[in-house]
Amino acid sequence: MRHLHTALWGVLPYLTLVVLVAGTAWRYRYDRFGFTTRSSQLHESRLLRVAGPLFHYGLLFVIAGHVAGLLVPESLTDRLHVSEHLYHANALIAGGTAGLATLAGLALLLHRRLRTPAIRAATSRSDRVVYPVLITVVLAGLTATASGATARSTYDYRLGVSVWFRSLFALDPDVTAMAEAPLVYRLHALLAMALFALWPFTRLVHAFTVPLGYLVRPYVVYRSRGRGEVGAGAGRPGR
Amino acid sequence: MRVMAQVAMVMNLDKCIGCHTCSVTCKQTWTNRTGTEYAWFNNVETRPGLGYPRGHEDQEKWRGGWRLKGGRLVPRTGGRARRLARLFANPELPTLDDYYQPWTYDYENLTTAPLGDDIPTAPPRSAIDGHPTAITWGPNWDDDLGGGPDQLAADPLLARMSEQVRLDYERAFMFYLPRICEHCLNPSCVAVCPSGALYKRVEDGIVLVDQDRCRGWRMCVSGCPYKKVYFNHATGKAEKCTFCYPRIEAGDPTVCSETCVGRLRYLGVMLYDPDEVGAAASVTDEKDLYEAQLGCFLDPDDPEVARAAEASGIPHDWVEAARRSPVHALITRYRVALPLHPEYRTMPMVWYVPPLSPVVDALTGSGHDGEDPAALFGAIDTLRIPLGYLAELFTAGDPGPVEAALCRLAAMRSHMRRVNLGEEQDPRIAESVGLDEPGILELYRLLALAKYDERYVIPTAYTGSVPDPGGTGAGCSLDGVGGPGMMPDGAEGGPGLGSDFGEFDPDAFHAPPTAGSGTSSALRGRVNLLNWNGKGRPDGLFPRARGTVRTEPEL
Repeated sequence: MRHLHTALWGVLPYLTLVVLVAGTAWRYRYDRFGFTTRSSQLHESRLLRVAGPLFHYGLLFVIAGHVAGLLVPESLTDRLHVSEHLYHANALIAGGTAGLATLAGLALLLHRRLRTPAIRAATSRSDRVVYPVLITVVLAGLTATASGATARSTYDYRLGVSVWFRSLFALDPDVTAMAEAPLVYRLHALLAMALFALWPFTRLVHAFTVPLGYLVRPYVVYRSRGRGEVGAGAGRPGR
Repeated sequence: MRVMAQVAMVMNLDKCIGCHTCSVTCKQTWTNRTGTEYAWFNNVETRPGLGYPRGHEDQEKWRGGWRLKGGRLVPRTGGRARRLARLFANPELPTLDDYYQPWTYDYENLTTAPLGDDIPTAPPRSAIDGHPTAITWGPNWDDDLGGGPDQLAADPLLARMSEQVRLDYERAFMFYLPRICEHCLNPSCVAVCPSGALYKRVEDGIVLVDQDRCRGWRMCVSGCPYKKVYFNHATGKAEKCTFCYPRIEAGDPTVCSETCVGRLRYLGVMLYDPDEVGAAASVTDEKDLYEAQLGCFLDPDDPEVARAAEASGIPHDWVEAARRSPVHALITRYRVALPLHPEYRTMPMVWYVPPLSPVVDALTGSGHDGEDPAALFGAIDTLRIPLGYLAELFTAGDPGPVEAALCRLAAMRSHMRRVNLGEEQDPRIAESVGLDEPGILELYRLLALAKYDERYVIPTAYTGSVPDPGGTGAGCSLDGVGGPGMMPDGAEGGPGLGSDFGEFDPDAFHAPPTAGSGTSSALRGRVNLLNWNGKGRPDGLFPRARGTVRTEPEL
């Protein structure tokens, strides 16, 4: 069992990270043409206008919650006199709401993907892999959040999962911290690693191309044919 | 003064017979692929009519183009922050139903249907999902006023005119409007693209989509008021009319121009001052936009302009071409061409000579002489309805410039009829429209006789001097070992030994002849290990140390 835990919580995270980084770099170099949202709004707009923002904005809050929960150590919030009760109530209400919004958005998106023939036909093989992973990881995460709300729960993930997560970046993985976590947390972490490993090879890469540069760019872009500034000539392997 | 050049187009609507040859040849060239079944970079609309996509001119609904906000130009769909906030669903995106659901036919059924009493049919199938479908709309469903008053009533331009006008109009007027991307001077599709994938080319003003940079946020589709950017649903990328840039670069006209049966398209260079464009696009009154855009254009015959153009890096032959440009003549010299929907404030660069034929037809139909100048001028003046409609199309509702352009065309007709019939010529006809006799003859020549070389004056895009980034000196790339025409270096022979061919190495025969020679930029610094024979160390196998000059391959 000890070896399995070491493999899962001491080795696998790094493998995932390597796949994520190297895979994205590879895809960016060899398949820049494939970096797209592959939007299906052309086929169906009514449901997407609700579901798309619900899912994505929910996800942004979920990510913010993960950053706060995993990276901010308990000692810091203690020093700021944030009580344990207040912290967890906040995590449950804000996190739970964001998680539910994400889940509802995802469910609606999947519904329209399955029910609209045109979108169904446009669903790729990588989509078929990534959607089940995505929905189970959200479900596992929500279950973990909900389990923290029950009266019987005594597990404080900020002393377990978060410690393990931070230890990964110190290159000294605290395997026991994760090995002792409840099943649903371990499941969530495993599925998340699967998601990150799939990331570069699916449509999820579009998340890495958030166009924040738009905010500071002049409206009209000029480019010279001769100099071929980006995407042309040198450095772009043939497709 | 900065000067920029733009390859622009003028279409003479009097000559368009609505044959759709331009649309079909364009589609065969550019959009006959999965994902672009519904996309027509060039389409021909019957006016009045809904157009394609349906009602695309209703900017209250689609929010394309620019608007003035406190004197500043902002995209009508909102500024940068608003666009980013709507990244996850674009509320103004037309769906496939707004264009049309593309279809094909199940031809196989013709041969595989079981034997029966009835002749088998080829039932329609959706080209998107393959299911049986009903055809309810197409890219030119209301062609030749098909669909009748019900369809016409939904024309956004007619909706702005009164009910009375609408009824009269149906009896009086119909014409065709071929549309391509306008390659605007102030393109709103470029402005709303969050990725910066759309750009305007400095050299010729053509607006293109960088397919490697597009991320499929599809803001450009709604940002373009002409709805001439399309979303390829198979690749997830935006695509648009390219102005056939590979042909233009070679000095050839676009496919739509080349194949136009009526020879109604003109291509040529316009010189303009880019620093004037912003101010011109933001004049307060929409009706001043036509004049404001004319004010951006520069006269290539002005030596001051020619000097500034060459100082701005415009090749001499482009300035020459601008002087001979038929587009420049029709737009600024004779002022018979008008921009399409200047009120979108995008400064479009595909202009139109408004159609006079319907006025002549109406006049002839009522028993008058359709080419008598007095009657024709009177008719242009009294046929307020077509004039109003054309003004909505070309001058933001100001009938003045449309009337002036039509009168110039009418004067040309009358004058040339007198010439052809050997009647006494009346110089007052030309004077009444601000032209003289040679001017009228020149305009006639341009509109009626101009041959291929006069209609398409396109300078090529070659660079005058060959760039030499490697510093290898001038000369033929075939010279020397490793040149494209040479055999690959022999393993034992080595460069420079024996003859220039070296010894022939059969193992290396399949190596790409340019690999490692530095002549192919795409392969520079890369080695195809499958072609490596294991002997020696190909150049590019290892990264070069910084600061060292690339040496001949060590073999």
